[in-house]
Amino acid sequence: MKLVNQSLKYLSISILLIVAVWASVFYINMLHEIKSSIDEGLENYKRLIILNAQKDSTLITKTYFDESFFTIREIEKEHALLIKDRYTDTVIYMQDADDEALEAEPVRMLSTAFENNGRYYELKIANSMVEEDDLIKTLLWDIVWLYIILIVSIILINNLVLKKLWKPFYNFLHQLKKYQLGKSAELPQVNTKTREFTDLQEAVNTLLQHTIATYEQQKQFIGNASHELQTPLAIAINKLELLLEKGDLQNHQAENIAEVFQIIERLVRLNKSLLLLSKIDNKQFFDNEEVSINEVARQAIADLSEFADYKNIDVSISENAQLTVQMDASLANIVVSNLLKNALFHNHDGGELQVEIGEHSFKVSNTGDGVALNAKTIFNRFQKSDTKASGTGLGLAIVKAIAELQGFVVQYRFENNHHIFEGIFPRA
Amino acid sequence: MKILVIEDEEQLLQNIRLSLEKENFLIETATDFDSAMEKVFVYDYDCILLDIMLPHGSGLDILKELKSQNKSGNVIIISAKDSLGDKLVGLELGADDYLTKPFHLAELNARVKAILRRKNLDGKNSITLANIELDLTTRQLYVAGAEIALNRKEFDTLNYFLFNKNRLITKVALAEHVWGDNTDQADNLDFVYYQIKNLRKKLQDARAEIEIEAVYGVGYKLVEK
Repeated sequence: MKLVNQSLKYLSISILLIVAVWASVFYINMLHEIKSSIDEGLENYKRLIILNAQKDSTLITKTYFDESFFTIREIEKEHALLIKDRYTDTVIYMQDADDEALEAEPVRMLSTAFENNGRYYELKIANSMVEEDDLIKTLLWDIVWLYIILIVSIILINNLVLKKLWKPFYNFLHQLKKYQLGKSAELPQVNTKTREFTDLQEAVNTLLQHTIATYEQQKQFIGNASHELQTPLAIAINKLELLLEKGDLQNHQAENIAEVFQIIERLVRLNKSLLLLSKIDNKQFFDNEEVSINEVARQAIADLSEFADYKNIDVSISENAQLTVQMDASLANIVVSNLLKNALFHNHDGGELQVEIGEHSFKVSNTGDGVALNAKTIFNRFQKSDTKASGTGLGLAIVKAIAELQGFVVQYRFENNHHIFEGIFPRA
Repeated sequence: MKILVIEDEEQLLQNIRLSLEKENFLIETATDFDSAMEKVFVYDYDCILLDIMLPHGSGLDILKELKSQNKSGNVIIISAKDSLGDKLVGLELGADDYLTKPFHLAELNARVKAILRRKNLDGKNSITLANIELDLTTRQLYVAGAEIALNRKEFDTLNYFLFNKNRLITKVALAEHVWGDNTDQADNLDFVYYQIKNLRKKLQDARAEIEIEAVYGVGYKLVEK
């Protein structure tokens, strides 16, 4: 749920409560006001009636309510002295224009007593009141309207004002979503003076800078670590070479040394691959030039011909077009030869390897294990399809890293029992 | 032949010294910038192996000094840094070769010999051993005066063996020397055996008085019969 709608939700609920409470209080106050106003009128009426009663004795015999809305009844003195002015809500049966019969209508009634020429009378004066249910009904409708108007205004304000206020935030969020570690040159910026947003930018950018620093350090670390390993590896290899050369070894000793030697050679290959990956990650290749993939492929095939012959693999190349790309020549070599080596070494004896060059693609397909590989993980580092010890598990990861650096795509698929790796270059 | 090895890593220095002494070279060593500068100033060497990262200074500065004395032509840079930039700077300063650590002793041996050969060319650039002669300029092999056809890889292989006469060449070192980086991923090095078998057969058929011996299944050694 968007922030604007969230705030609307809470605002409408709380305004509903506030309006309801306010309406009740308003209703009670209003009723109180009306009653006290009527009571004042009754008080005045009472004074007039008592005054008139002294002049006009016929009034005293008026014992029922008629058009003048009061009654006078003679009472005992003792009783009269006990009566105080008393206002009550009661009903009187009345009939007005829209009533078919007599109806009970609410009235305010003042009961009092007075003395006239030594005799005591009880006086009741009535005055019609507002009908409470009418009042509630009217009030309710007013409140409903008020509520609707409030909500509509809030929606409008939300949409106009809040959207304007939150615009820098959404803009910042958009930049943050597009941000890629190690690729985006600029940190997300927020264009506002709003304190919260500038604080947010500061916090986010501090975090990003920290992450960038860690990322850089990590990249450096792989490079430095493999670099530092070169000399110890050189020492180990050369020592073993000297030891083997001495020639006074028992066969089983020599075998053990040969095994260790091979393991160290594997370490060397692994280390070289890591160094290369680290160089690619650190963008230490940028001698972009026109490279003919056709030439690179032909050269790589020639270089690998002994391996292919040895494994009886039938290598063929079909050049359907001239593919020329802008990239670092040494990286182009690595991509092509890594894909070819991969296709050779994971092939079976007497298998096939076909290279196809199109206008925008370089495709290598080969026989091998007749099982499709996982296209999602095959380009991951240290992803090995089999347990063959000699591969570094970095060959395809290097191809992928180069593709990302140089802006082309590498894909894997399994078709007609052939593993197919394809580099697709962008159209110029 | 006098060779100066400038390398701060004691163990590596010992390995290089032991290996080159087997070839009857006279080896001098320097383990830091100052002692290296001193030796370079005072003596002449047939070949200098130069590490770039040295205590108290850079090998490249030593190279500059050598260039100013016009003596940089016989330098092989040995660096742990496989950096194209360093390589270009080194070669621009007149270094003859650039070898990245880790390397095989046979490779170092071959590179040193190649430099020494170029330096001491007496008109004829060929290696002679027993009844064979390998002409490095025309890339031809003669056994008892008769030419034997070799393909490119066979020639490179034999050349490497002749530079490392009586020395062990491991399969890996041979594969890297002849087939380059393509052996990175080789699932086994049996194809080296296959190549050697062909070369052996050619030598045998031509009655060459040299032989490529297998050593413990790790590598090979070229010996006179």
